[in-house]
Amino acid sequence: MSAVAAALAIWAAGWSANVWLARSPWHGTRAVRIAVPVIFGLTILAMWELLVRGLGVSPVILPPPSAVAARFAAETDILWLDFRQTVLRGAVTGYAIGCSAAILLAIAIDRVGFLKRGLLPVGNFVAALPIVGIAPIMVAWFGFGWQSKAAVVVAMVFFPVLVNTVAGLADTTAMQRDLMRTYSASYTRTLIALRLPAAMPFIFNGLKIATTLALIGAIVAEYFGSPTYGMGFRITTSVGQLALDMVWAEIAVAALAGSLFYGAVAGVERWVTFWHPAQRR
Amino acid sequence: MIRGLGAAGPVMAVLLALVALWAVAVVPMNIRLALSQAERAGAAVVPEGAVARQAVPVWRLVAANTFAIPGTYALDRPRLPAPHQVWRDFSDNTFGRAVTSKRSLVYHGWVTLAAALNGFALGTALGILLAVGIVYARVMEMGVMPLAIISQTVPIVAIAPMIIVLVAALGVEGRAVPKAIISAYLCFFPILVGMVKGLRSPDTMKLDLLRTYSASGAQTFWKLRVPASLPYLFASLKVGAAAALVGTIVGELPTGAVEGLGARILIGDQFGTPVQIWSALFATAILAGAWIGLLNLVERLVRWRMGARA
Repeated sequence: MSAVAAALAIWAAGWSANVWLARSPWHGTRAVRIAVPVIFGLTILAMWELLVRGLGVSPVILPPPSAVAARFAAETDILWLDFRQTVLRGAVTGYAIGCSAAILLAIAIDRVGFLKRGLLPVGNFVAALPIVGIAPIMVAWFGFGWQSKAAVVVAMVFFPVLVNTVAGLADTTAMQRDLMRTYSASYTRTLIALRLPAAMPFIFNGLKIATTLALIGAIVAEYFGSPTYGMGFRITTSVGQLALDMVWAEIAVAALAGSLFYGAVAGVERWVTFWHPAQRR
Repeated sequence: MIRGLGAAGPVMAVLLALVALWAVAVVPMNIRLALSQAERAGAAVVPEGAVARQAVPVWRLVAANTFAIPGTYALDRPRLPAPHQVWRDFSDNTFGRAVTSKRSLVYHGWVTLAAALNGFALGTALGILLAVGIVYARVMEMGVMPLAIISQTVPIVAIAPMIIVLVAALGVEGRAVPKAIISAYLCFFPILVGMVKGLRSPDTMKLDLLRTYSASGAQTFWKLRVPASLPYLFASLKVGAAAALVGTIVGELPTGAVEGLGARILIGDQFGTPVQIWSALFATAILAGAWIGLLNLVERLVRWRMGARA
């Protein structure tokens, strides 16, 4: 019981520290901005650890974070192998192919008004579909290797990026386009100097949505057949063996990979669209 | 209405083109299988033997064996089923069976939809509550928002098999609860983000106006912030509905599910019946389309009730 009491005490301490920080005069500073979520996260981890130990929860149901950390440290080579297979080969390759194809097609569609009117509603609709379902088909077509995972990722990221890019390319005012015409700028020149930069916030919106989708696609595709490594494979087999500390270690890798992936795209966005109001500090 | 009809033309053209592309792609995708079958049936195939054909590109196989083209549309287990095969399977399993039948797509669609709706309701409630908290308490904004973002970078599919085991360990029967949890996890985030934006959308001028009326906090909330947030809410509800369906399907994929469209896909994969996978996929598409169409309708009704023009 003392562990439960300690957990509650830590919760109260963490929460009041955060409230104090948020009300303090420094609440706008960068350090506090980072400190508050970190304290919040650490509080949750500490409570998890204490509650699991204090209530005697079986490690088969929920392992304490310390056990997960130990497993993580012990199995780094397996985790790296899985990470390379699922994230670097499956997700990132598919993401690169899918996103560049979508952007190129969007530029092509944009030139042809008929295609734009016809493809855009279809693309919007397909972007709302649960495309993960095609995973078994792709595994049947491209085999158990990373190629089939990349194919699922391509299909998943394609439509959100396409729809966002087309919307972005339309996001210039008549005044701006007229200005380009008075400069007698060609189509390509207008595209490069005006419309693509104007579309960048939209494109990055799609690219950011696609990072999460890419990881989902790469992992789900492994449920339908994979070599004997990969994050999805490891998770399903470890759940079967009730080795939940290994599952949580893989989840930690997935969270880390997802955050880094998202963070990288957001970083590029800040660099490319520094002029956009949303990026000004 | 007339504008609607004018917009339908290009869409129909694109859809027809896609179906045509699909129908043409059936030939090269299935030619190897069709030739192997024809060879076993005693037809003269150039070149002979499946191993020899592996090295030949498909378009040359098609050109050399034009007689086998009809066969590619009639395979039992094609790599790419022809449109009419998918349609036959879909209509057989949708209209041709009692809705209570275990093979009816209506039945499986309902199982999926029910779980997705539960998750959607849960996720919407959670998203709206957190958004209200974030808008009114700075500590919530600083503490919860970053973690909500991190929570979305954790691919839920990584957790899905474990949620299923966990819920089962807690003694809850069946798949409905874990599926609802997974879809709620996926759909709360877009709603949270949209609602935070929406509740903050009234500008200082409007907030000041309510202050001059000496409106209470609750009145400001119900009469200004909530109505102002509705367009944002509906936009994010549509994203959330799509996410809830993805969550449910993913929840049905890990081995063991027997009901629902995701399970149909899984079973189709395990038994090597691609036509079944494809018709289940079309069923999910129709489900998603109907759901989002319904949300559009509700949005228009609400806007009309609130006095929006047309």
